Amino acid sequence: MSKIAIFDYGAGNIFSIKVAFERLCADVEVIRSMDNLDLYKALILPGVGNFDPAMKSIMPYKDRLLEAIDSGMPMLGICLGMEMLFERSEEGTLPGLSILAGEVVMLPRSVKIPHMGWNRLRIDASSSNSSVLLNGIEDGTWMYFVHSYHARPRDGRVVSARSEYGVEFPAVIEHGNIFGTQFHPEKSGSDGMHMLTNFLNHIKR
Amino acid sequence: MILLAKRIIPCLDVDKGRVVKGIHFKDIRDAGDPVELAKHYSNDCADELVFLDITASEEHRATMVEVVKSVARAIDIPFTVGGGIRSMDDARAILLAGADKVSVNTAAVKNPSLITELKDVFGKQCVVVAIDAKRSIRDGDGEREMESKRKRERGEIFYEVYIYGGKRPTGMDAVEWARRVESLGAGELLLTSIDKDGTKDGYDLELTAQVCKAVNIPVIASGGAGGPEHMLALFRETGADAALAASIFHYGEYTVRDVKRYLKDNGVEVRIC
Repeated sequence: MSKIAIFDYGAGNIFSIKVAFERLCADVEVIRSMDNLDLYKALILPGVGNFDPAMKSIMPYKDRLLEAIDSGMPMLGICLGMEMLFERSEEGTLPGLSILAGEVVMLPRSVKIPHMGWNRLRIDASSSNSSVLLNGIEDGTWMYFVHSYHARPRDGRVVSARSEYGVEFPAVIEHGNIFGTQFHPEKSGSDGMHMLTNFLNHIKR
Repeated sequence: MILLAKRIIPCLDVDKGRVVKGIHFKDIRDAGDPVELAKHYSNDCADELVFLDITASEEHRATMVEVVKSVARAIDIPFTVGGGIRSMDDARAILLAGADKVSVNTAAVKNPSLITELKDVFGKQCVVVAIDAKRSIRDGDGEREMESKRKRERGEIFYEVYIYGGKRPTGMDAVEWARRVESLGAGELLLTSIDKDGTKDGYDLELTAQVCKAVNIPVIASGGAGGPEHMLALFRETGADAALAASIFHYGEYTVRDVKRYLKDNGVEVRIC
């Protein structure tokens, strides 16, 4: 029960996220089915691929996934993996997991898309105290983003950090045992690794 | 106001799995080890790395995939791999080994639809098109300098795309080609000035400015970096998103941190770490 599962949508490279956790000495395993989700301590939804194909691969396990979340299993969605937590996305036609209320919309046309590169986090003083992922991360810290869509949660309280790129959007989401980042912590240098460490410390407890 | 950090990107040439060009850092025991160097630059606050496979022979191709895997295990910043990527299969092998982007050059000129295929399968954020450009005169060669100057004023000088590592001219206009590769699905351009490469007297600002104006995707400028002041000029005078450099970092003349501190002091938004 000490292993972390990384769900593979079968559509992209999940090597980077896997080795990032391995660098932190976490025991990770890539899974393609969620039939045995109870064998794992936490679940990572990685950030590669497109919305519909990824949803298609996860849909058969939706009930199983919701059960695990209800039972308190910590889950971290990265980029697309976070977008899938919402009800729908402009990137696809299939419904999302609807674990969080809200939708995913395209970045404004006024900016270069995808938003690719290093951008700053904006962290409110209030959320920096209560946040699990942001423990020890300062306002203005740079993270590496690669995305064309962003979440628009119905409940703003799930947002613990934002970034700005043509529009202000949620960069870090936390709601109970559900965590999400729009950027790629596994590609964000030592600050990104620090956030993954925060996640690992959280699930150890 | 969009403020992405301007990126500083060390470039490493790899031959048969070993980094070439003299590199000597105190913290590195094996100067030719791509993993040691990748870690060094990642710790030095590089925003990204570019690995250029200059291996001439086909049989060593698989070596690069192993290099990519080892590098991906070791570092936590994005990196691009270019050189010798001719097909979807080549690109897939490199990307699945953990590279974030692949860069295509000669193969894209010879088969432009490769760019679109790469975009469709891997997403445009993975697709970098490298353009090697050299100042050329439209017709005739052996012109005297005065002649050239007059021709330039009349707009007959252009930037010509070269392939096969800068050896073969194509007759294609680099600015036109940049526009075309964008429309075909490139997510980023790696623009190298052949004239400036190795000179250390600064980037080709005119070439870079022209290409940046022509496209709406990020441009990495390459060729000519001799010091932080050249990067400052690049970011002040062109729309470049990133500055690539090799020898100034490899020979320890400047660290990435030195360059970034200088840029920050001069008002350029860079990631400090």
